[in-house]
Amino acid sequence: MYFDSLSDFFNMGGHALYVWSAFAISLLLMLLNIILPWWNFKATRLQLQRQLRREAKQQANSSITEQQGEQV
Amino acid sequence: MWKWLKTLYHRLGSPKWFYQITGSWLPWFAGAAVVFLGVGLVWGLAFAPADYQQGNSFRIIYIHVPAAFLAQSVYIMMAVAGVVLLVWKMKMADVVAQSLAPFGATMTFLALLTGAIWGVPTWGTWWMWDARLTSMLILFFLYLGVIALREALQPQEVAAKACALLAIVGVINIPIIKYSVDWWYTLHQPATFTLTEKPAMPASMWVPLLIMLLGFYALLGWSVILRARAEVLKREYKAGWVKELLQRK
Repeated sequence: MYFDSLSDFFNMGGHALYVWSAFAISLLLMLLNIILPWWNFKATRLQLQRQLRREAKQQANSSITEQQGEQV
Repeated sequence: MWKWLKTLYHRLGSPKWFYQITGSWLPWFAGAAVVFLGVGLVWGLAFAPADYQQGNSFRIIYIHVPAAFLAQSVYIMMAVAGVVLLVWKMKMADVVAQSLAPFGATMTFLALLTGAIWGVPTWGTWWMWDARLTSMLILFFLYLGVIALREALQPQEVAAKACALLAIVGVINIPIIKYSVDWWYTLHQPATFTLTEKPAMPASMWVPLLIMLLGFYALLGWSVILRARAEVLKREYKAGWVKELLQRK
């Protein structure tokens, strides 16, 4: 390791504020670019699955009414 | 090689094939991102030597340079996808372009932000209307423009074409960013990596930087593929294979 001690590492030779704020904000934005696409993918799939089920149900209903219509 | 690339191009143009093949790519991109970013971060933050003039604030380079690199190369990818859409009418190119934009915008913002933070101890100012900084800010606005245009226009085909056009026209900004440090008097230092010359810094400094760059690219791959897959499901909802896939859970 380049630094003599852990506190030396955190202190960054007096530049702690700059180094750590830059890395922290970057980490946050990178995490956002991991979490948001992940959520978006899950949500999209769930929503489409629900839509598919709804359409299947509608289709089943309409075919029943059609059959009833024929019987009358 | 050329034939193989041609087959790959045609296959990737099929949403179904794209969805299936990229599913198997995801874990590789994720693994590479974790390994490269992990190694690069620890090496860059704790093991690389400090700069003899800037001290430890120079460590910001390990995000700043990869972010700036990605900001520009993602934009070029977006423009290439735009050309593919407009010339060969490949719809998948638009899906990819749409998925690239948020990541590119993030990278541009990161490059600007880390540059500003770095500027305070190094230049004594966080911002200057200097050629490099201004052209990067324009790049950020170009990204925002592409994203906003997509939201604003209907139907999808029109939005796709408009976004492609804006991306292609905006490419003019990329050489301006690249050569801004040579053409104008600027505070910003010239490029860290060039293809023709060895980096001016010792290997213990630039090797972790290269590793970080690879990690950023891996994360880009993962993030873009995931966004593109969701978009494929949305757009191809009517197709038989999507319905089958959704029923399978």
